[in-house]
Amino acid sequence: MFNLFQTYTFDLLSIVFYCLLIFIPLLLGVVLALYADRKIWAAVQKRKGPNVVGPFGLLQVPADGLKFIFKEIILPDGSDKTVFLVAPIITLALSIAAWAVVPVQAGVVLANINVGILYIFAISSLGVYGILMAGWSSNSKYPFFGALRSAAQMVSYEVSIGFVIVTVLMCVGSLNLTEIVMAQKNIWFFIPLFPMFIVFFISALAETNRPPFDLPEAESELVAGYQTEYSGMPFVLFMFGEYINILLMCAMTTILFLGGWLPPVDIFPLNELPGFVWFLLKVTLVFYMFAMVKAFVPRYRYDQLMRLGWKVFLPLSLLAVVMTSSILFFFNLAPGM
Amino acid sequence: MKLFKFFKSFLLLDFLKAFFLAQKYFFQKKATINYPFEKGKLSPRFRGEHALRRYPSGEERCIGCKLCEAVCPAQAITIETQPRDDGTRRTLRYDIDMVKCIYCGLCEESCPVDAIVQGPNFEFTTETRKELYYTKEKLLENGDKWETVIAENLEADAKYR
Repeated sequence: MFNLFQTYTFDLLSIVFYCLLIFIPLLLGVVLALYADRKIWAAVQKRKGPNVVGPFGLLQVPADGLKFIFKEIILPDGSDKTVFLVAPIITLALSIAAWAVVPVQAGVVLANINVGILYIFAISSLGVYGILMAGWSSNSKYPFFGALRSAAQMVSYEVSIGFVIVTVLMCVGSLNLTEIVMAQKNIWFFIPLFPMFIVFFISALAETNRPPFDLPEAESELVAGYQTEYSGMPFVLFMFGEYINILLMCAMTTILFLGGWLPPVDIFPLNELPGFVWFLLKVTLVFYMFAMVKAFVPRYRYDQLMRLGWKVFLPLSLLAVVMTSSILFFFNLAPGM
Repeated sequence: MKLFKFFKSFLLLDFLKAFFLAQKYFFQKKATINYPFEKGKLSPRFRGEHALRRYPSGEERCIGCKLCEAVCPAQAITIETQPRDDGTRRTLRYDIDMVKCIYCGLCEESCPVDAIVQGPNFEFTTETRKELYYTKEKLLENGDKWETVIAENLEADAKYR
């Protein structure tokens, strides 16, 4: 028994270490993202945003987190308590799990699997379950409507995201995220595939329930959507899951279209910087766009949202798949052919 | 026209314009002030916390005419009067229920001797309701405390009255 323990101790410890290695930077990232989100939103509205707690208000988010920890976790009387508590955990766990395959630098990735992009796609599709479970188990009207909307929205936009990813994959010839980045050595994909870049960006907004597509939590109609009945730590878990998903989508945009950790031009002062700095810079830039869009675009109506997803993006991305594959085929550019 | 509209929405022109507009506002001077540390400018007419004023000699101005009590739309003012030993009429009680008060300023306007005024102070929150039932003592104390500012404000506003 002792031997068995000894054999697996190292493995166990290394697994825990790797989990922390991905979780702690993500936690820090979420804190900064929340702060940046509020600051950017405030700046566009000529407000100052959080500036009291800590230097420049940087400790506002940890302070809010601390407040949530000490709050009571309210379990609604009619709710399905197990599902109610499992839902936020699923949301958070899935959003963190997706980060396992994201490469931040050449070779710096937790799991360099061959089907990285499929894995991320699968995990983010599962994300809808957390929201559905939350909405259903709350046993209340607004959460239920919020969850229904969220499910429909995420499923609709996943279709166009899927086709956009297919377009990129045809240009790369591999499902491995590291190879997708390396394929952009000569030219970042957002230049030849610019329309797809825009489609991906907008779909990412819809996929993460960000404004202007935040209908599942539209406070003017649904209070807080599927989060309505949540309080204290479960609410924080939802919040974290949501923001980690947003960061994931920023990272995906970076990897698929903005050349991951590659410097803009491969010349001396730029290529001396370590790759993850470029990666972080690009993720920050994409997140800045996420936050700006929140500040200046009004919320879509639900039928407009569905129209955009099914009648604009789906045909557009399908057309792009056909066009790209034709061009790659006729000019013999397709990799692996 | 329809084609034009199609291209306009297809090229996201509205969104580009909105983005640059937002970017412009991003760098503009903030409208926010750090409230407890810096305060916005108040008009001399600002209707804040009430105060009962005195003459420079220290004699209280209020002559107990009860015009303010009569005009008060919220009926927040209660006054009891009695002649003093020297034959002048003075108030025994002058209570304002600050919870009822709607800060309309009619009491100040009705007062013939500028005794009851609404000063510039708006930070008089309390922890209990009871503390908001102002008595004559409290109001006179306010008057003594804010007299300089109140006198200045009355002076500045006098030509418009």
